[in-house]
Amino acid sequence: MTTATGTNPHSTSNSDHAALAGKFNKDELRVDWHDKTLWFIRKKRDKAAWQIPEWEELREIASQIKNNVLSNLRTYLLEFEEKAQKNGITVHWASDAEEHNKIVYDILSRAGINKVVKSKSMLTEECHLNEYLATKGVEVIDTDLGERIVQLAGEPPSHIVLPCIHWKKEEIGQLFSEHLGTPEGNSDPQFLTAAARIHLRQHFMSSKLAITGVNFAVAETGEFVVCTNEGNADLGVQLADIHIACMGIEKIIPKRKHLGVFLRLLARSATGQPITTYSSHFRRPRKGQTMHIVLVDNGRSERLGSPDFRSALKCIRCGACMNTCPVYRRSGGHSYHYAIAGPIGAILAPGLDMKKHADLPFASTLCGSCTNVCPVKIDIHDQLYRWRQVLTQNGHVGFLKQSGIKGMAAVLSSYKIYQFAGSAGRWLLKYLPFSVNNRFNAWYKQREMPKAPDQSFGDWYKGNRKKKVEKIEN
Amino acid sequence: MNSRETILERLGKNSPQDSPLPALPVAGSGMPDPVEKFKTILESIGGTVVHVSTWQEIKVYLNQYFSTKARWINGVPELTRVDDAINFGVDPHQFENVLLTILRGHFGVAENGAVWITDDKMGDRALPFICEHLAVIINSKDIYHTMHEAYDHTDHSEYDFGTFIAGPSKTADIEQSLVLGAHGPKSMTVFLLSES
Amino acid sequence: MKVALFIPCYIDQFYPQVGIATLELLEKLGVDVSYPEKQTCCGQPMANSGFEHLTGTCNDHFIENFSGYDYIVSPSGSCVLHIKDHLHSVHRESEAENIRSKVLELTEFLLDILKVENITATFNHKVGLHQSCHGQRGLKLAQMSELVAPGFSKPETLLNMVSGLRLISLDRKDECCGFGGTFCVGEEAVSVKMGKDRIADHVQYGAEYITGNDMSCLMHLEGILKRQKSSTQVIHIAEILNTGS
Repeated sequence: MTTATGTNPHSTSNSDHAALAGKFNKDELRVDWHDKTLWFIRKKRDKAAWQIPEWEELREIASQIKNNVLSNLRTYLLEFEEKAQKNGITVHWASDAEEHNKIVYDILSRAGINKVVKSKSMLTEECHLNEYLATKGVEVIDTDLGERIVQLAGEPPSHIVLPCIHWKKEEIGQLFSEHLGTPEGNSDPQFLTAAARIHLRQHFMSSKLAITGVNFAVAETGEFVVCTNEGNADLGVQLADIHIACMGIEKIIPKRKHLGVFLRLLARSATGQPITTYSSHFRRPRKGQTMHIVLVDNGRSERLGSPDFRSALKCIRCGACMNTCPVYRRSGGHSYHYAIAGPIGAILAPGLDMKKHADLPFASTLCGSCTNVCPVKIDIHDQLYRWRQVLTQNGHVGFLKQSGIKGMAAVLSSYKIYQFAGSAGRWLLKYLPFSVNNRFNAWYKQREMPKAPDQSFGDWYKGNRKKKVEKIEN
Repeated sequence: MNSRETILERLGKNSPQDSPLPALPVAGSGMPDPVEKFKTILESIGGTVVHVSTWQEIKVYLNQYFSTKARWINGVPELTRVDDAINFGVDPHQFENVLLTILRGHFGVAENGAVWITDDKMGDRALPFICEHLAVIINSKDIYHTMHEAYDHTDHSEYDFGTFIAGPSKTADIEQSLVLGAHGPKSMTVFLLSES
Repeated sequence: MKVALFIPCYIDQFYPQVGIATLELLEKLGVDVSYPEKQTCCGQPMANSGFEHLTGTCNDHFIENFSGYDYIVSPSGSCVLHIKDHLHSVHRESEAENIRSKVLELTEFLLDILKVENITATFNHKVGLHQSCHGQRGLKLAQMSELVAPGFSKPETLLNMVSGLRLISLDRKDECCGFGGTFCVGEEAVSVKMGKDRIADHVQYGAEYITGNDMSCLMHLEGILKRQKSSTQVIHIAEILNTGS
């Protein structure tokens, strides 16, 4: 998709992470800017976490609550359904993305609606709801400012919390002058936000149906919570006749008091704020309004059955893992070609489509930073490692790599072959460097090769220590 | 089998072994003065905190800072200057031109500067979000340290809709520049009413 | 106490001086060190590439070489972590388990087992410490910046014992260098960018040397430094600690 002016500077192609990241890195100054921006948010998260001496205890509690949820998911969902229905909320169940989209469309088409406002929902991104509704002639206005920006630009968000983190203010100014009629050349955030407020206010005022996501749904009371800073979810819902909330089934928590734990962790982990401006608890529709909630499976119940990968279902979609990931910061969300990018995206996506997303678990150095900022203690980097094993055993790793590694295994299992290979390699590097230092050697593109020493450590040891030992023994 | 049954069946089959619920942290003993902390935090996120001991002080303040010519909605009976009484059941679209909404909150939370408001005190659920400026009044003695304490106190009313509001609406979506006043109110003033 | 020296394959082949420094240092401290000569590799490059299922013979070879010692010590955090987490055997699992509990990285061996409190070493230079990820977050050689927890660092503790050494501060104390095993070639662009950024952090604070527990990280940084024709050099922590007579 392109903007009105022509080529979209942020367009993605159908390529793997390494290729897309390679493109991203062609503009080194931009990478520096993207990296520094996200690192700054990681630092804000650190600052916020240090305000709470019991932060690590809180993470452990949140993790255990979510573990309990996973082991009782069926029960909690039934409890939630019962309570929500009593509250006057219509509960729908969707097996997959397609069914979710059909349910949403069904509700709005019955009401004769062809324009809706939508606040941020990664679930609807995952299901490609906007695209589906567009085919049915329904206009969706994304009301979160960041999402509206990428929507006008015709691209997906690049971060689950900060959708247009990859856009510079001058570019947004240009986009707004094209679409909202703001003066060309104006890139003042205050001015642009004010313009967006007016533009989107018109849509809030004229939309009879509002779609929101769900941050947490409470089994005990049949209510659900939506957190925003902008107030767009609330404004949309309170001016609409129909509210549809879309939720992944794993977003359930047992009791209302557990919200205390998660609301302390969520915004601090995401942006370093103590709490989002609005944490709205929807329990019953207001008089004259209908409220729907769509419970979506889309692979979640299957993942629940995997001991290796189920803990990814604990995710509260805070984005902290993305902000800390040194690879995400230097490759951008679009390099992950999935609704959810970064470390959590890399362990969720292959579960949905192993072939399409086989590259993602390898887009990591397994540094472990993500695991240690995760507020619910998902073992992200361990899952990345485990996904690599699964993908390889399912044949999603290239033939060359396979043969290369099989060769490596043979060499490293035999001392004699290893020794030979090692000295052969050093000899080549020393006497025929061009055989190694060429454009086929990816290492050599931007790095010098290590110098080849005359002896390996093993050789040195034979010559300098073993003799001594033999002497003593004689 | 419909989707609901399929999903439930799969969940039952794939459920891991039970993991018990943990105990929650005990709310803030030995913590600093919650009122002072509430003020510091709320001001750091763009809100304004005003200590008052009478309703008259609130009236004076509001008249000073907000145009009395514009439309106000007052949801607090103790403030006798009432421009527009709250009517239940009116079309919320008509609140679009409201400059200032004044509401009663239940309590505040020191660790994040949030105020808990429920719909029985909102008049219309759209009011806290559609107006240009929001003013909320809580008792200064009703400020809890943490969200754990807060949730101990949300059960008092069987609310249909409740929200924690922490400061004015905001966004940093444009190159991380913080802008106050996204889609909701551009400012939030919290009056801490002390007992007289 | 019988100690076996585990020298990672790339140190054996390309940085033997690190192995020599490690050996000499341990001998100076009175440790009875053996070097099982037929050792090859811990298998990490294969496992991290998704081929854990092919590491069986490599693992057995490792067990063959390293059974029967009180401790196995290595100048490599990532290799030690890999053995700790992933050494298993179909036929020799109890030996594997024993090895997993006895394998230590050099700095943790010096501090936790030998309880070293001072070291005779001199290094009159400004040094930046690169805190390698696997050693830090995996082996807990140093506190990680992600956690709200008290700070500590085993490598720093030892470097502070070296006379004349001036340890610089960094903007990002524990960001990954970008080596990551096959990542360094599989995702070459990001890998190098990460390395360049690490180097820039050290260089801006005047590091003459960049040191650390993992030669793999340092090899990657050295490759970039040399391409940049920088005067900053890399040196393994064992080489610094071994500068005493």
